[in-house]
Amino acid sequence: MIVGEFRQLLTGLPWTLALMSATFVVGALLGLPLMLARRSRFLPLRLLVVVIFAIVRAVPPLVWVFIVFFGIGFQLISMSPFVACLAAFGLIAAVNMAEIYRGGLLAIHFGQFEAAKALNLSRWHTFVDVVAPQMIRVALPSSATYGIGLFKESAIASTIGVQELAYQANYLAQTTFRGLEVFGMVGLVYILISLPIAWLSRILDRRIRARVAR
Amino acid sequence: MSGMFLGATWEDVVSWLPDLWAGFLISLRVTFFSLLFGIPAGLLLAIGQQTKARSLRWLCLTVVELGRGAPALVLLQFLYFGLPSVGVSITSFVSAVLALAWATGAYTSEIIRAGLDAVPQGQHEATSALGMSREDALRFVIIPQGLRVAIPALLGFSILVFQGTSLCFTIALQEIISRAYDIGNTTFLYFPALAVAAVFFAAVCIPASLLVSYIEQRTGKHVQR
Repeated sequence: MIVGEFRQLLTGLPWTLALMSATFVVGALLGLPLMLARRSRFLPLRLLVVVIFAIVRAVPPLVWVFIVFFGIGFQLISMSPFVACLAAFGLIAAVNMAEIYRGGLLAIHFGQFEAAKALNLSRWHTFVDVVAPQMIRVALPSSATYGIGLFKESAIASTIGVQELAYQANYLAQTTFRGLEVFGMVGLVYILISLPIAWLSRILDRRIRARVAR
Repeated sequence: MSGMFLGATWEDVVSWLPDLWAGFLISLRVTFFSLLFGIPAGLLLAIGQQTKARSLRWLCLTVVELGRGAPALVLLQFLYFGLPSVGVSITSFVSAVLALAWATGAYTSEIIRAGLDAVPQGQHEATSALGMSREDALRFVIIPQGLRVAIPALLGFSILVFQGTSLCFTIALQEIISRAYDIGNTTFLYFPALAVAAVFFAAVCIPASLLVSYIEQRTGKHVQR
């Protein structure tokens, strides 16, 4: 009985992992142009991005998921729960990743910019060849931590019916009436999976830090 | 003059406001009680993790790891749907406060521990040079200084707790998001109803985070001096 339930619970794991990694990829890709826009020389663009960041961060993730799934999904374009979640989480992740990249950029010594200028590198080459590689290395540990956070954050997807871990737990709790065991079990699954990821990222962090020029 | 907002008129929005306001107050109340119980719990857990008694240390560590490792949503449902199955039934408000206080205690214990660790070693040495007991040293010297360091991070976390109250939708607590969702259900105006609820969150969280970063800068200066 317990084994069967545990199997049922684990059918949610691929969905959780898929949502988490897709969100991270969307965030990591969209975060870069957003960060560049945040640092634009064009003041109105910069202000717009600052306002968007503030709004995205001020509204809870669950509310974004609902706005996309029920608000936009019901009234404008219909979409599957997974896509709605990915859109909402992707938006939040893009903003957070942009801030992580910005932190990485701020950590780069100004001598690097001066050196690039002295070598007469263009703005583009300065960014691509000098700044970006260092920025990404500095930003990697925080990105990894953020990615692990997404693993837990994705539980919110259960509220609109994405069949991930928390959804399976809800389903099991309703069919077996043994909420304590079921939710206890799913809680442990979350913890047991995030522990090794946290351990890996700590190792990764140490390795990468050793290679960043200071 | 009635402006249209994805099918909703201003009259619609105004008619929802009393209901949403009542839900907003519940969200605030959950936040208040979660912090009221959660932050002292965080302090106790932080100190508990540093005691010499191994069993107490492990107990505190377990509570912290469970509170941080499991999603807040699962903690909520664990208490709300789980406790009745062992004969303890609690209201959704009580389980909301318990679950968010648990998560608060777990996360703030780390914040407070970092704050306590930031107190210079010389302060510890000074207390033993003065012959203070460990309890007195903590109470009069270490905790007051450590907590001061932790204040900006604690305030920042409080904003997250307020945002976390939106999760209480899943345990049928009539907070602001549940109410916005119900309005959407009856009127099919999901977008405007949820957007108005989102404005409530933004109206609290944007000024609050500006305030937190201001306080962060000020305390930062103080430390640098």
